[in-house]
Formats: sequence, structure tokens, C-alpha cells
Amino acid sequence: MSSPDTFAHVRAESLFVDDLPEPAGTLHAAVFGSPVAHGAIRAMDVESAAMAPGVIAIFTARDIPGENQLGVIIEDEPLLAEDEVHYVGQPIAVVVAESSAQAREAVKRIAIDIDKRPPEFDPRRAAARGDLIAPARTLSLGNVDEAWARCATIVAGRVDSGGQEHLYLETQAALAIPEARGRMRLYTGTQSPSVVQRVAARILACPMHNIEVEVQRLGGAFGGKEEQATPWAAMAALAAQNLQRPVKLVLLRHEDMRMTGKRHPYSTDYRLGLDGNGRFLAFEATYYQNSGAAADLSPAILERSLFHATNSYFIPNVQITGMCCRTNLPPFTAFRGFGAPQAMFVMESAIAAAAEILNIPALQLQQANLLRPGNELPFGMRIEGDASRRSFETALARFDVKARREEIARHNETSPYLKRGLAIMPICFGISFTNTTLNQAGALVHIYFDGSVSVSTGAVEMGQGVLTKLRRIVAFALGIAETRVRLESTNTTRVANISPTSASTGTDLNGAAAVIACRLIMERLKTVAAALHDTTPERIAIREERVWIGDTCGPLDWHTLVQTAYSQRVDLSAHAFYATPDIHYDKKNEKGHPFAYHVCGTAVVEARLDALRGTAAIESVQIIHDAGRSLDLLVDRGQVEGAVVQGIGWLTIEELVHSPEGRLLSDSLSSYKIPDFHFAPPRIEVDFLEDPSAPGAVMQSKAIGEPPFMYGIGAFFAIRAAMRSVRDIPCDLIRAPLTNEQILRQLEGLPPAE
Amino acid sequence: MIRFILNRDLISTTTAPGTTLLDLLRRERNLKGTKEGCREGDCGACTVLVGSRSPDGVQYRSAASCLLPVGDLDGKHLVTIEGLNGDGLSPVQQAIVDEGATQCGFCTPGIVVALTGFLLTSTSLAMEDALAAVEGNICRCTGYTSILRAIERLVASIDTILADPLNRIHTLVEASILPAYFLDMASRLDNIATNESPKTAHETPVPVAGGTDLFVQQADRLQNHALYFLSKDLRLHGIRIEKDTIIIGATTTVEELKGDTRLRERLPAWERALGLVSSTLIRNRATLAGNIINASPIGDLTILLLALNARLTIRGPSGVRCVSLDAFYRGYKQFDLNEGELVTEIRFPCPPLGNRFNFEKVSRREHLDIASVNTAMLVEEVDGYITKARLSAGGVAPSPLFLTRSSAYLSGKPVSIETVMELTQLVDAEIAPIDDVRGTAHYKRSLLRRLVIAHFVECFPRLALEELLP
Repeated sequence: MSSPDTFAHVRAESLFVDDLPEPAGTLHAAVFGSPVAHGAIRAMDVESAAMAPGVIAIFTARDIPGENQLGVIIEDEPLLAEDEVHYVGQPIAVVVAESSAQAREAVKRIAIDIDKRPPEFDPRRAAARGDLIAPARTLSLGNVDEAWARCATIVAGRVDSGGQEHLYLETQAALAIPEARGRMRLYTGTQSPSVVQRVAARILACPMHNIEVEVQRLGGAFGGKEEQATPWAAMAALAAQNLQRPVKLVLLRHEDMRMTGKRHPYSTDYRLGLDGNGRFLAFEATYYQNSGAAADLSPAILERSLFHATNSYFIPNVQITGMCCRTNLPPFTAFRGFGAPQAMFVMESAIAAAAEILNIPALQLQQANLLRPGNELPFGMRIEGDASRRSFETALARFDVKARREEIARHNETSPYLKRGLAIMPICFGISFTNTTLNQAGALVHIYFDGSVSVSTGAVEMGQGVLTKLRRIVAFALGIAETRVRLESTNTTRVANISPTSASTGTDLNGAAAVIACRLIMERLKTVAAALHDTTPERIAIREERVWIGDTCGPLDWHTLVQTAYSQRVDLSAHAFYATPDIHYDKKNEKGHPFAYHVCGTAVVEARLDALRGTAAIESVQIIHDAGRSLDLLVDRGQVEGAVVQGIGWLTIEELVHSPEGRLLSDSLSSYKIPDFHFAPPRIEVDFLEDPSAPGAVMQSKAIGEPPFMYGIGAFFAIRAAMRSVRDIPCDLIRAPLTNEQILRQLEGLPPAE
Repeated sequence: MIRFILNRDLISTTTAPGTTLLDLLRRERNLKGTKEGCREGDCGACTVLVGSRSPDGVQYRSAASCLLPVGDLDGKHLVTIEGLNGDGLSPVQQAIVDEGATQCGFCTPGIVVALTGFLLTSTSLAMEDALAAVEGNICRCTGYTSILRAIERLVASIDTILADPLNRIHTLVEASILPAYFLDMASRLDNIATNESPKTAHETPVPVAGGTDLFVQQADRLQNHALYFLSKDLRLHGIRIEKDTIIIGATTTVEELKGDTRLRERLPAWERALGLVSSTLIRNRATLAGNIINASPIGDLTILLLALNARLTIRGPSGVRCVSLDAFYRGYKQFDLNEGELVTEIRFPCPPLGNRFNFEKVSRREHLDIASVNTAMLVEEVDGYITKARLSAGGVAPSPLFLTRSSAYLSGKPVSIETVMELTQLVDAEIAPIDDVRGTAHYKRSLLRRLVIAHFVECFPRLALEELLP
């Protein structure tokens, strides 16, 4: 069964924010952003802009009736800069005009006088100056200081990974429509409807119930619309409130790329110690997260980096410290994996370095140290199940790794320019918001007279198939056909206090809430049916749209049952609430049980290197992935494939390039390249782990959005393996992305460039 | 007044000819299925099909509507996703649904249009040709794998459409891939009276060929500017061979050049080289002269033509003149073209049989990307000696570079490792790359050196050149 949206997608009948019918009199906004990375605003002249054709109004911080504050975790980010600017592109003013072209023409006429201050772009220098967004955090297990002495081998080095632009195809967009009695209706593409609602209320100085946020679907998000869809909606609301006219704000691609945050670049120092048998004894790391100019979600992202520092491996002695370093770049933000990819890349780099120094295959070290049931992680949680080891061993066997490694070694001996390389990438990713509070969801289920069903939850559909899965869950819970079930848009008036659709939890949380709501109604329906059949509700079941009494299919069908219940004045609606049980975390002691469960899997990645031209390509990615009991194989397969290719892009061709003044140079699709049809590996094979068990996941179907992203890390090490067949590549400094330029430098014996 | 058939309906519009089609569709015609993703032809979300009357019917080509000025649609059939929707799903749409090949849905209409265009035009249903048809469409969700599965499923289900090329549209209508209104489009197009767009007296019209560069750089300025659409002048279009000279009209598209069998016969590396230029979506509109006038120091076609010893025919108020391409450029975006002059033809000598020609390009991403460095080499060899050679390189100087001294050096030299080694040193002395978003100067030097070696690896495989690598 395909997603409720796919039929509309292929006919282009799915409307995105910019496609919605505009009410008569809709105005269009454009944003004036800071031309410099750091400085104090001395003066701004908007006179000429205000006189430009079509311009209706220009709004600055002074026009905000409420609090000029976007920050959710830490209140440190104004919607519109007031006295100081902290990055190039930071919004300062909103111009509203009859057309978007006129608004943009007027933006060009704004003159600003800024007293420039020296900008900082380097997280290590920011940390050295003590410019941290939040206090540093340290997690530890065992005693590293004591363990180093017992190590037979210790490797140390530095690992850098670059940022990543989300490049959701639909740019940030919002349409604000003022209505009677102070109501502001906001159509926006956000993963966090309640954050938009809360921030818009704060900006407008009104109660949250005045703000209605309506989200129909997102044209891609990947984390980039978790926090960073908010400002544009708030700006549209500010203008609409002031002018009492509908206002639309849609960013052009280059504006979106320049003004919004991306995946955090990290720079990390690490030390890994092994015993004589290749067992990991100790791991130490300091992560310098380049957080950008404001907190955004950086502290939460750093927390997940620390939680996934040891990836799929057991290390008895660990000490890891992370810092959110303030720099003069747009606040970096959530992106699929949420800090885990950066940390896992460090771990895999450390393993690669150890293997290269010991001159043994990395997979030997990986295999020897995989997590086993009962192993304790640095944050105190113990591993349940054996999916890490099972997926790893299944992958080695099914994808013929031993024979292929030998064949590749033979090939590389004789082929002068064309080299091949292979790498294994295991993953282990925790599911739940690390912020325990957010692990809650509400669902509202209505059954209408005719037996059709309407379901509202807090889940936002952005292509990940959450509505497909929720529909399946509800149909199953009610014992009816999926065609009877309609998933509604996400709206803050139907479901309140919505947690973001992120952290891969959309289906788990909202699905569980929907199941509870269905159960509430089912109990009432069973009581009605039991009375009709002169039996007890416990003996009644509804399956395949029929009422069953014990093992006997009765005469009543779903439609008749619903009508009977209605005529008996039985409530056919229910709201229900779910909070993930048994999760907790103590930030003071840095110990707890933050995750409902882990998702594991293993990828085998093969790369091809043209050692003459210094170019590389990924030939194949073969995966054993633990999806639990998949609710929809097509959806889950699509999530794995899409995530893998994004992951490969992050570590290879996707590179953020800034001018020395902090202006983003890679601000278009022509200068920032993401995977295309030709780049994508010709072969991506996804096999799901057999005999899965997934307590804690809704209907035993595990979360799937983020974990497979990290299989892409294997691409880096597969290319590196091919490069090492040409010459030794030093391992003390490992730097991603591995662009063609970086490949060529290293093939010529130079260190990777800054 | 511009008149064209938009899907089913003949429309007349007084909108400014420089308005991009994307804006016309979304803002004036309320056709929101064509999506805006980048406004520079790099994502394919706004893909449409443009049908032009041809001797045997209507010829359709995909195009990026964000770079397509409405004025150039006069007398054409313009197809958007709305014009492909029938009662149910077409087999193209169904295959995408069946394979889960749409996730967020934003890129999907463009892919449906591009694939339908592929079925309308392609002479082969091979996977690589299908891939070329959608190579200009970016999807951030799927990783493309499910889309490729959908294409395989689609192609397997309709492999009969090639049987009767003249009746292609009829076959596609029968298969529900196209709505029935396509059947009489040729005769409907014949009945559209098109007229020259009125010229405003006080403005010199800007000549527009494919627009794939102009409308990336200057869409706002051109919207209300007087334009002169070169596509209306058929004399500027087409490829012919006269004696030993290949003559290419200025507005010949890159896709036409890529597909020309005569060029492919004479230059075995031709098709692969042109496949590295942009994407099918852009090549369908981009013209040869446009690439030359763009004067990008890294223009792929310019680099190819420099090695082929091309000359430009330039027509202007004071008559016609010829300029050798290697003398045309005078600095960054500076070239020998005066006010009112137009490049009308590009000609180069037919490479002799047995020539060795090679094009190398390395960019961040292999396809639909601007090169860090590109280079072309044409050599003639007799008995182990090079008799003639032309070597060009892009991305290493303010303008596309013909490597004069290096080319001269090669003539009379033996095909040997020593020759290549000396050549790379000469090349290095002729170039002056700079640091930019495509790479550092240091990288571009190393890269060009290796690509020059690659020319010899490709042209003279017996040379063991790996010893020249560090």
C-alpha cells in the first residue's frame, strides 16, 4: 500500500506552502540580512527602501510587540538583530511589498553602517577564549588514566568533519493570515509546529491559543526545519499582525543557503588504547563543535555526539568531553543523525588509524570490539539484544567480504590507475529524544457515522512516510481497511504541545498515542457489540471489518457497528496521550537510560578510485539493517537508501566554502553539489536483519529515519582504503569531506588541506 | 502578444517576453505543479516539455522553465505536469508509486515530466539513456535507487513503443502515457499565427539564444527588456560539412551536437565529452555560441573547440569577419565582439582519420557541475612521432586557454614518457590558476598535470605513464 500522499505527489496535486492559494490582498516579504559577520550596528537607513515601488512596510526589532527572542534551549537569539550582528545573513529587517520581486528590490536599497569587530570562525580558538554556548560536558566510564598503562598500542590524532547543507528541495516558507478576534493562522513548513506557535506568540505578545499553526507537508526537511523554520513564520506573523493583511515569506534558494544553519562541523582530538589482542581498553576524546552564533539545538546535538562516541563498540574506559563553541556563522542546527555522525566518524577514524598502524584490517578490530548484550555505554545504559554482532557477521558472510577483500588486493596489485577499496561500517543509534521531556505525543481519533476514520497527531509528513505507517497502525488497531483511515494535517488546534517530528521518533510516539486512542474507542464499540450478541466485551474482536465473537465471525460489519454505537449515544472520538516509559537521564552525574532502544546494522561499502585523476566513486553499499518488524518495507527501504546517499554526500562532495569574511561562497546548487543520479552508487542493497526483536518500538517496528545515514561513513574509509593501495596516507590528521582536491593532495603526499 | 499552446489550451499573453516561464506558470496561470527549486537550472524541479513543429510532427524536448523566457515559446506546445495528468495514473506515475520512488514529492513532478519526455523522444530505452533524461533532476530524499527501480519497471512494461517511431505519440496515447489531446497537436501548431515580438525603439534588444546562462545571471534585468530571440532565425541553426570543414550554426544546441552522428564518427571521444557538459535538461536549450560568449574560463565547449582549431564567423553592422577562437578571448570575460555584432557560425577543420582526440574534466561532482580543470587534446601521430597537436585547458587562466607553446613543442616529438614529462613542465609554465570555490591554485596545477598525462594514457595506452606520478 502506498503512502496517502504518493498518488497526489506524482500528479503534482500535493500543495506545498508556496503553492497554497493566496487570499486576496496577500503581501510578500523579503529579509535584509547582515552583510558582515560580526559588528555593532551604528545606523541603518531604510528610507530609500521604503520609497521603492510596491513597498508597504519595513519591520525591524523595534516593531516587535513582544519579546525579540527565538531561542528555545537557551534564549540567546533575536528574531531581528538589534544592536549587534553575529553572522553574515543574520536577519535585521523584513520588507513587505505587493510582490516578492518588489520586496527584494527594496531590500537592496537598505543601507547599514556597522562597526566591524573581528569575527571568529574556528571552534578551537573560540574554546581557547572560553567562548562556549553552554558549559562543557564530560562523560566517563571506568578509569582511562589507569587504563593507558595497560595498553599495548595507543593511537592519537585529530579528526575534522565539515558542515552539510540540508538542501531540502522546498525552501523555508510561511504564509501568515490574520483572522478575527486576534487569531493568526500560520501555514508553514516546520517539523515543530508547537515551537513555531510558542515563538510566534512570544514575538506577538499574545497567548499561544491565538496562534494556529497548520502544517500539511514538507518538501524535505532532514532536521533543517526543526528549529529553523521558525524565524520565517514568526516574521510573516509579525508583518501580518501589524498590517492586518496576509503576508507570505518564501526564501529563494541562495537566501536559504546563506541565512539558515546546517550540520555542525566538528574538530576532535582523540586517543584510543588497545591491548595486545586488539581489544579496546581506553578511549578519550575532546569534541569542538562549531555551533555558530547562537545556541539553537547545539547543546542537544552535542549531547547525542557524546552518547554515540563509541558507536557499536564496547570500551571499558572512556572519558569524553564536548564543547559548543560560539563562532560567527549562522547557528548550526539539527541534521539527520543529530551529532551522532560526527562522533561515529571520529570513532571510525580512530579504528582506521589503529588498524593502519598495526597493519591489520580495520574490520578485525571492529569485529573484536562489537557491543554485546549487557555491555555498559559511557552514559550508563546497558545494551540489550545482540543486533550489533548479528548484523556485522551476517553482512560479512552474505556480502562475501573475505573473498572480495582478497580479490580487491589482487586487482590493486596489477591495475596502475584504477584502484578499489572496501570498508565495513557498523552503526548503533539510540532512539528517543535525549531530552526526556520531549518523548510525549498526543493523538485525536474520530470515527464518523459512515465508519470512516480521521486521525490527527503531532507527526509531520516530510517524505519519511510517517503517515503511511500511522495509517497502517490505526487500521490494524481498529481491524479495518486502510482506505477507511485518513491522516489529517498537523495542526496545533487539534493536537497541542507537539514535540518536533525528529529524532526518528515520529512513528513511535505518535503511533503509540494513536493506538491508545483507538483502544479507547474499541472498548466502547466492543461493549456495544457484546450487548447485541449477549456476551462479554472481552469475547468481542473486530477484524477485517467484521465483529467476531470468539473465533466466530458474526453478522455485524464495521459500518453497522459504528452506526449502532452512534444511535446509542456512544462517544466515537478519543484523544490519547503517550509518554515513553522507563527513560531518564541525570545530567549532573551524566548517567541514565535515555533511549527506549537502539537500532543497529552493518554496511559493506566498496569504492573505486581513479588514482591518475584523483577522483573516486562509490560502487556499492550493501546493508544488513535491523528495522524490527517493518510496518512498510517500501518506506523503510526508501529511508535507508536515501539516508545512505546523504551520508556519502556529507563525507565526499558536499563542502561548505566560506570567504575569509565569513560569507558562504557555496550558496547555490551550482557551487554546492549534492548527490545526483550519476553520483549515487549504482548498487544499494538493503537486507533487513532476520528474527528481529524490538520491545519499545511501536508494533515492534523500529525507528528508521536517522540511523542509516551513518552507513555513509563507510564511503570515506572505502575511498581511503583504495588510496592506501597507492601510497601510505598519514593517519594523524583525518579530514572530511574527502573531495577530489583532498584525494589528490593526499595521493601526492600532502596532508589534507584546511 | 505571445501565442502558444499550454497543455490543452491555446493561450495568448501580453506578459513581457523576458518573463521566465516558471513565473508565468505559477503566478499567472496558477499551475503550481511546476516547482521552484533553484532558479538556475540545477535541480530540475521545474522541468517542462517544449514541443516544436518538425517536418514529421512535433518534437518535444525537456527544459528548465526557470531559465526559459516566455517570448521564446511563440508557436510552441508547452507541456507541464498538469498537461500529463489523465484520469488515473499514467504508467510513468504508476511506476513511481509502485516503487516508493517519491518521498517528499517536491522533485517528483519534474521527474515525471522528464521521464515522459524520455519516452517521447528517445530512440533507445537503455538504462543509460533513461538516466541521461533525468540526470538534471535532483532528489534529496530517495538516494535515487527507488527511482531507478521505477524506471526499470516502466521501461520493461512499455518496450513496444520503439516499434513504430513515426507513430510514437499515437503509441504513447494508447499506452495512457500521454493524454489524447497530443494526437492533433501538429495541426494545431500549424494554425497558430506567430508574429515577431514588437521592438521597442529606444532599446537595443538583447539577443537571447538558449538563455541558460543569461537567465541565471540577469533574469531580473531581462524581464522587461527588449529581447531578440535567435531561435527565430533558422539560418543560425544546424550542422553541415563543407569539404573538410565542419560548420556549426550559432544556436545549435549542445544536445544536438552531442547526438550528431557525423561528429561522433570523426571524433570517437565526442559523445562522452559532451555528456559531461551540464545535463540533458540544460543541453536541450544551451547553444554552442552561448557557451563561447559566456566566456567562462572553464567553458567545456570552448575548451573542446580550442583543441579543434575553431574559428568564429561574426556578423555585425560593418559586415562579416572571422576570428580564430584562440585569439578571441582577451582576459576575464573579455572578448573580441563589438556592439551589435553576433557570432553566427563556428567552424573547424574535419579532424583527419586516425586522429586522437581526448577531453578530460574533473569537477567536484562528475555530472552537471562546473569543472575545476578541463582540457582537450587533438594529436596526429605518424610512426611513433607526433606530427601536429593542439592542447587547451580551462580553469587555469582568466579565460579559456589554448596552450600555444605546449602545443608547438609537441610537433615532431616522439610519443614517449620523456615527451610527456617535458610537456607537463611546459604546460605548468603557461598557466596561472587562482584559488576559488572550484579549488586552490595548487590543486588546479596538480590536476592539469595529471589530466595532460591522462590524455596520453587515453590516446597512447601502451605508454607506461604511471611512473610520472608522485
